[in-house]
Order: sequence, then C-alpha cells, then structure tokens
Amino acid sequence: MKLTHHLDDATLVRYAAGDLDEAFTVIVASHIAMCPQCQKASHNAEELGGQLLEAAEEVAVEQDAFAKLMGAIDNQNKANFDGVDAQNVHPFPKRRAKIAGDVPLPLQRFLGAQVADIEWKKVAPGISKHDIVLDKDVPSSLYLLNIAEGQAVPEHGHGGMEMTLILSGAYNDRFGRFGPGDIADLDEHVEHQPIVEPGGGPCICLVATEKPTKFKGIIERLLQPIIGI
Amino acid sequence: MRTALKLVSNNDHNTAIELAKHHRHLIALVGSKQDRAAFQALFEHFAPRIKAMMLKGGVNMMQAEDLMQDVMMTVWRKSSQFSPDRGTVGAWIFTIARNARIDLFRKASSRPYDDVYEMEIADDGQSSDDAMLQVEREECVSAAMKELPQDQRDVIQLAFIADMSQSEIAKKLSLPIGTVKSRMRLAYGKLKGKLEAVR
Ligand SMILES: [Zn+2]
Repeated sequence: MKLTHHLDDATLVRYAAGDLDEAFTVIVASHIAMCPQCQKASHNAEELGGQLLEAAEEVAVEQDAFAKLMGAIDNQNKANFDGVDAQNVHPFPKRRAKIAGDVPLPLQRFLGAQVADIEWKKVAPGISKHDIVLDKDVPSSLYLLNIAEGQAVPEHGHGGMEMTLILSGAYNDRFGRFGPGDIADLDEHVEHQPIVEPGGGPCICLVATEKPTKFKGIIERLLQPIIGI
Repeated sequence: MRTALKLVSNNDHNTAIELAKHHRHLIALVGSKQDRAAFQALFEHFAPRIKAMMLKGGVNMMQAEDLMQDVMMTVWRKSSQFSPDRGTVGAWIFTIARNARIDLFRKASSRPYDDVYEMEIADDGQSSDDAMLQVEREECVSAAMKELPQDQRDVIQLAFIADMSQSEIAKKLSLPIGTVKSRMRLAYGKLKGKLEAVR
C-alpha cells in the first residue's frame, strides 16, 4: 500500500510516550498497522524513551527483588507445566498467522474483522455513522463515517485535535487525495472541505476528535445535533 | 582541560554504546535459553531505572517497586519476541514500562500497542532488509541524544519519563503548546536523521 499522508512527528512522539488518550491511541495504532513507514517511525520515537530510561538516575530496588521475581517466574512455570504457553517449553518465538480481515487489528475488537459487517446509522443524506464505544471514559470520541461518492462532508473548523483515517474509498480536500490507509493528522484551527471521490465507492473513515466539531454554515449548524459530529 | 573533559565524556558515550550492544546479546540469551545469569544482568541494569521512571511519573515507592516487578516479568516472558530490527533493548523495555503505566492510570489502554506488536511479531522473519541498520542503531541513538539541546531534552524528559501530557508540559515550562510540539518534532527529527543516514 503506497500511502501519502502520515502521522505528524509530534503525534509520533506523543504516541511513543503514551500521552494520547484511548480514542487517539486507537486511531494512531490503526494507521501504524496499515503503514510500514510509520511503524518504523514509531520505533524510532521509542528510542527517545529508551535513551531517557538509560539516563534515569537509578533508584535502589528492594534487596530481595530479583529473588522474588525469579520465585514468581518459577511458580508460573510450574503452573504452566501442562500448558503450551510455558516459556520453558517454547524456546523460539511463536508466530501467529497473518492477521485476517480488512479492519486494522487495533479496531477489530470494536468492529470485528470485516468492514462489510459494520452496522450504520443514517445521520444525513449520503452520510452514515457508527459510534465506537471505548473502554475508557475519555474526553475524545471515536466513530466511523460512511460518506457516499461525490458527497461533500460539511465544512468545519476544528475545535481541537482531530484525526481521520481512511479505511476504504477516498476523498480529496486542499491537502490532496486521501486513500485507504492515509491519515489526516491536522493541526487545530485547520479548515478543510473533503469531497468523496466518485468511482471508488463510499468513503469509510475512522474519525477521532477531541471536542465536538464546530460547523460553519447555518444549515450545517442545524444539522450538527442530528449528525452529532 | 576542556579537551580532557570531552575525552571523558566520549569514553562514557562509547561505554554506553558497548553496554547497549551487550544488552542485545543478553536478551538473546534470555530469549533462546532462558539464561538466568543474563536475565540477572539485565535486571541489575534496568530494574533501578524502571523504578526511577515510575517514581518520576508520580507513583509511590511501593507502586514503583510493584510496577518494576511487572515490567521485568514481562521482559522475561516476551524476551524471545525481542527483535533488534525494531529497536534497542532499552527502547523495547521502555515500551513495556510505558504500557504498564498506561494500564495503571487507565486514561488509555495498552491494547492498541499490543495489537501492533502482535502484528509485527507475525511479520517477523518475512522482512530482514533492516539487518544492516541494527548494527549502527545503538551508535545513532546515543549520538542523537548527546547532541540534543537542553530545551528539547527537557520536553521529552517530561513526556517520556515524568508521564506529563503535552498541555501539562506547556504549563510547567510556561510555553505555548505549539512550542512544546515543535521541540518534540525537533528532538525526534534529530534521531530520525541519524538513523536514516546509515540506511
Ligand atoms: Zn504512515
């Protein structure tokens, strides 16, 4: 997959440091699952953490800490003696089969494996939505939009951080073309007017937003409580 | 005098690189043979640093000790999954510590990180075009860190070790969020430049 729109470097650093809340961690991880380039980049960013850990001023651990840990490991090995999972039974890395489905793995526990199986709620002509219920109570929301070909997504300014990850179809706005796997990691206050590309089917995208999006026009403002985006 | 000081610091730098390479060797022994002496050497190096990181993140002494135990247990259990293609041992252990802390504070979940990790394990062995990169990786990251200006280092220290959010960092340093972000980008950019130069 040749991708053109990637994560902002500051986002990579925040992801590596563990600063993003659940909605944004899921969308960033989903892009990384689709993008070898950002996968590598995220590991590069983690090196910052590794170096800072190396440089940390040591704090003495309890005197029997290592013995305690080995005791716990021995107990686990004993408990797993009959199981296939015991570390001592499998000296080599276990490899899982290739991940199935067209939904990125970090999203699969919310959506299942197939985009085609997602259930939609119609929110406006040509626009359907699927809300994702997160495990954590966070100030951001995560949802999918299904926007028909040729349809314009109502123009909006961003009230906070927002990211959009394309799962299928494509849209164009002033930043270019966004196809499957591309992520729009936009700075706050950026305005854009995405229009779904004709001929490629509906655009299905994952959206994470920090605050409710502010629509600009009067019509859109009337639509906002309906669409809820 | 100045030259002498610089020599000392270069020696430290080289020692750190040799140590990091040695850790790669040790983790391979733990992963392939469950070598307890190798694991003890890793424990002695990393456990006090993990505990320090947890304390800096704001937990109490007992929680920090418990988290350290959890993290080192995970290091033992996952040692055979470590791949030098993805990064240094220090970075890998950092991610395990980060995930343990994320799950403790429950603002997010470490599941998405684990999902990506699982995918990478599934892909291991299929691409080895980065075999060259790992040879230089320890040198690059250490060199990038050494050249990092203090203002950038402060920002990433607060993010990675003290577990502060972008806005908390901005507040603590009395900086606009945009400046915090650009320092993060610069710090990462320095490292990325070094790593890509050897590719
Ligand atoms: Zn990318």
